[in-house]
Amino acid sequence: MGILRSLTLLLIALASALSLPATAQEDDPGTALLTNLAEAPNSKVEEALNAIVSSGDPRARGWLEAYGNNRLSQVKNTGQVVVVLNNRGRDWKIANPLTGENMGEMSRRELDRVAINNAIRGQLGGILAMLDLNAPDPDVREASAQDMMGKVDALLVEPLEARLELEESAKVRNRIEEALAIYRVGEGDLDAVEVLAGSLHPRARASLNVAVRGDDPALAAKAKQALSTIEQKLKLNRAAETLYFGLSLGSVLVLAAIGLAITFGVMGVINMAHGELIMLGAYTTWGMQQLLPGQPGLALILSIPAGFMVAATAGIIIERSVIQYLKGRPLETLLATFGISLILQQLVRTVISPQNRTVVTPEWMSGSLVINDALSLTLNRMYVLGFALVVFAALMLIMRRTRLGLEVRAVTQNRNMARSMGIRATRVDIMTFALGSGVAGLAGVALSQLTNVGPNLGQNYIIDSFMVVVFGGVGNLWGTLIAGLSLGTINQLLEPWAGAVLAKIIVLVFIILFIQKRPMGLFPQKGRAAEG
Amino acid sequence: MASSQNWLLRPFQERSTQLFLGVLFTALVVVTFLHLFMPQDSALHVSAYTVTLLGKYLCYALLAVAVDLVWGYLGILSLGHGAFFALGGYAMGMYLMRQIGDRGTYGDPVLPDFMVFLNWDSLPWYWQGFDMAWFAFIMVLLAPGLLALVFGFLAFRSRVTGVYLSIITQALTFALMLAFFRNEMGFGGNNGLTDFRDILGFNLRTDATRLGLFIATGIALAIGYVICRAIVASKLGRVSIACRDAEARTRFLGYRVERVQLFVFVVSAMLAGVAGALYVPQVGIINPSEFSPLFSIEIVVWVALGGRATLYGAVIGAILVNYAKTVFTGVMPDAWLFALGGLFVLVTVFLPKGIAGLLQKRHKTKPDDDTPTRQEATA
Repeated sequence: MGILRSLTLLLIALASALSLPATAQEDDPGTALLTNLAEAPNSKVEEALNAIVSSGDPRARGWLEAYGNNRLSQVKNTGQVVVVLNNRGRDWKIANPLTGENMGEMSRRELDRVAINNAIRGQLGGILAMLDLNAPDPDVREASAQDMMGKVDALLVEPLEARLELEESAKVRNRIEEALAIYRVGEGDLDAVEVLAGSLHPRARASLNVAVRGDDPALAAKAKQALSTIEQKLKLNRAAETLYFGLSLGSVLVLAAIGLAITFGVMGVINMAHGELIMLGAYTTWGMQQLLPGQPGLALILSIPAGFMVAATAGIIIERSVIQYLKGRPLETLLATFGISLILQQLVRTVISPQNRTVVTPEWMSGSLVINDALSLTLNRMYVLGFALVVFAALMLIMRRTRLGLEVRAVTQNRNMARSMGIRATRVDIMTFALGSGVAGLAGVALSQLTNVGPNLGQNYIIDSFMVVVFGGVGNLWGTLIAGLSLGTINQLLEPWAGAVLAKIIVLVFIILFIQKRPMGLFPQKGRAAEG
Repeated sequence: MASSQNWLLRPFQERSTQLFLGVLFTALVVVTFLHLFMPQDSALHVSAYTVTLLGKYLCYALLAVAVDLVWGYLGILSLGHGAFFALGGYAMGMYLMRQIGDRGTYGDPVLPDFMVFLNWDSLPWYWQGFDMAWFAFIMVLLAPGLLALVFGFLAFRSRVTGVYLSIITQALTFALMLAFFRNEMGFGGNNGLTDFRDILGFNLRTDATRLGLFIATGIALAIGYVICRAIVASKLGRVSIACRDAEARTRFLGYRVERVQLFVFVVSAMLAGVAGALYVPQVGIINPSEFSPLFSIEIVVWVALGGRATLYGAVIGAILVNYAKTVFTGVMPDAWLFALGGLFVLVTVFLPKGIAGLLQKRHKTKPDDDTPTRQEATA
């Protein structure tokens, strides 16, 4: 036993002698600071801590955390302060707090724990936050100031005020002012209420609520006023959030419906398998991620052309094998394509799996954009919204500015006339159907980032998609965009008081009634095309 | 045909109706005989299970006749007839729930089990009266009829037809499905209504009641068929066929197209409701899945396979497809959707007139005065 202990000591002595020349150890101001803390009597602990904080030493955070966790000890013989890494068993693993170097093991009897009392422990959180307030990165400073809200006590006021004087970043200044104001409202300061009136932080509201119930009538009245201001702001933010979610849902609807707006709206082909083409796009994303493991972002980007191609090919096969034989018989087309949708669903169930597959969201798409305390926007929905708009713009360009678009419009308006002018109508049919189907595939790629990828994915969107196209006015791409976005927003507006399912039912009933009032949708086609 | 003045008796003078009724009643008698008088171990014995299964097919056949009436003779492809079927079924289910009385798991004399489970303290107003059979049976007709009346009134008045109407009917049944899935609706939510005991005092679990229900379904099918035939053969039926083939022209000739459409649509919805009401006691459950758009569109395929605008074709199609479904789901469940999907495609592409079309081509005996004229000719 004795041998072992002396051996350890020897090792430690050797280690410290080798790693750090004694002179460097003594020159380091940390040594004095830590020894001061370790040896301070109860009444002087605070002073010792303040000395560490105000030293501006970058290692101070680690020391204080170790101190708060009871991991700071002093070696009895040498008086050196060490960090205990592992205090299980008889021999403890220790490290040098100055360099972070491992110092091996030492018997716990050789060590003297640096004592901490509960009063100090309570303040330590605030002190640590103060430390972060001195960090060079303004984001870290802001986060730490935010962390301090509601935790400020009498001891922290003075350092905070001092910090406020020095602070340059406006964001951080606001946070510190709010944190101070929360404390001052608690103390009955009337002016502090004004500061909090602009804050959306839940702690600010909490402290004002306390003030409203307090004994001071003047303060209570003022706090009440401030609360109503906050309430107004919150309402605005909530409205913005609902709008965002509504637009996001709307963009999903637009994506799902825009391909249908081409095949159904422009060509007049009822494709009930459209939802399954969306599903194929989503499964393409999944397949790409299986092919490129570890690179979900690259796979997702590659899925955009791949999803388009897969769905477009499937569309061409459907058009050539079935739809071309049912030209001019819309109800039969509806039934036949519904049959195809059943076959595709079952195909996915049999070949891949009836279970949902997980598609990974790449890092640059996860997370959210924080606008303020009450409003943050999820990034993946933002990307999908942008993607929907890009797809829409591209389709608009194709229909308006390219030869294909011109031919499509010619064929749909008067097939025979177009053919006699030398347009190959059959080829145009195939191209148009492939385009609409490919866009469905793109919708699938986008949807794979928002919902589960499973055999029923398409089924969930087919009725909604038709509703959007019919609501917007058949044959009108702008109508589809506006209908999709507005239906999504209406749905989200209804959800808080009606619940998700009921909101959906209300929207469906609304569309059913709307169609009865305006059978041609929001933007009916005018002129000759309307009679076709 | 003009010999009879009574429009309701006219169908009995048609050979196709006579043949259909003859086959139907022979089948009813034979099944009853084989069930009752053949010994259990005989190969010819028809078990109670089979009787119920056949009863189910007959319900589907009646539903298919209802769909054929609007699709074949009015040109309206309803993708929401499952909703009327389910509403009739729920009306019957509510009556059967009330008949359970205090024999439920929780033993509440008035409240059905699921309401006790949800801590409801009294019966909602729309459940009142369903303990009386006559009231429930009227509701079987009224609930789907009213829905069809309101929906049809709005749709036909604003001249929504063709594909638009199909999609809206699909949205209607989809919305109803979502609604009935909600527990707050008071129709048992996800689980629907089940655990029935008696109907009109007869125990639902005895073979005799099952046979009785089977025969009742057969008679209902016969009556429904005759009513549809009578409508089709009447002057109103002629106008309805005219609406199908050339809606605008019929309107210009001075007929109130929307009234004809509304009448036929409501009759069809009521027939579907009756089919649902007979279906529920035989299968022992009604839940929101009957509202699913898939079921409604399946009905259309029965009619398409059998042959649109023939009525008997709808019966043949319903029985054939459902028999195939029973076989497939028993032997290889995965293949059923492939088969059903393939059926949709093959029938529409290769067999536009269905099985009835094949039969008619074989024996060109009688000049069928209502051979479907393709609607597209004018579209």
